[in-house]
Amino acid sequence: MSIARLQVLGDLREGQIVRIRLLIQHAMDTGYLQNISGQNIPRNIIKKITCQADQFEIFRVDPSSGIAANPYFEFSWRVSPAKILRTLWVDDIGVEGELLTPIDVKINS
Amino acid sequence: MYKLGNNNIQRRSLLAKLGRLLGSTVPYVGGGLATFASGSSDAQGMYSGTLRSLPELIDPIVKGAPLFKTRIRIEMPLLADNGNLVSLGIKSNLPMTQNEYVQKIYLLSQRNPVVQMALFYLGPWSGDANISTRVRLAGSQFIVALAQTSKGEFYYDQFDVIVTESACVDGS
Repeated sequence: MSIARLQVLGDLREGQIVRIRLLIQHAMDTGYLQNISGQNIPRNIIKKITCQADQFEIFRVDPSSGIAANPYFEFSWRVSPAKILRTLWVDDIGVEGELLTPIDVKINS
Repeated sequence: MYKLGNNNIQRRSLLAKLGRLLGSTVPYVGGGLATFASGSSDAQGMYSGTLRSLPELIDPIVKGAPLFKTRIRIEMPLLADNGNLVSLGIKSNLPMTQNEYVQKIYLLSQRNPVVQMALFYLGPWSGDANISTRVRLAGSQFIVALAQTSKGEFYYDQFDVIVTESACVDGS
């Protein structure tokens, strides 16, 4: 099962603005909650998410514990010719994730 | 839970004082229904009982640069049942061209233990500065969205939200 999903809404044509929805499965533990035996659950937050279109960074967010579990972001992108959307993220304990989404951009002729 | 009596009046006068402090160029929308509420958060060693003022939130970022309360808007529910997950949208009509664009959008919280909920990096490749996300809120408060443009200007909006069940506190 994949740990993240990325969805592109709109016409993937060069110059058009599309919406990109990104959902990552992550507990985003704040460090304030306790488990059932009363011990603190240590903080573990995704601290950086980037989305690149063929190496070019089109979106970056630095979340904190103020972002809900399973972080969801929706942002815009003015489509440029690219073959793949690469989403990378890293959390506090250093676990890195990657999601590759092939896209089919229509080039204006 | 909500006290619409003295607390609200104190809050309004406080906001009015703050408005006078910063001068009349920055209009403040005071009032609202966000009230003071103490919860079990203290028991968990989390200090989030105090409400930060707007200057406390934005001054460390703005640092005296031009600040306007236009062209950016927060869209979220007035009343959030559960602070663990509140959907939030930032809408703006700020230009996103090669010459002038929104560089960063800060999402700040008045009451959360971590002030900066998220920091978004945008650019002319974004096309527009509209973002949606889902946040955690530790109680009723106002939310600030602060956009920094490439020209060094800041645009902000604030939104009062009532949270009936705080995040950071285990409800079970």
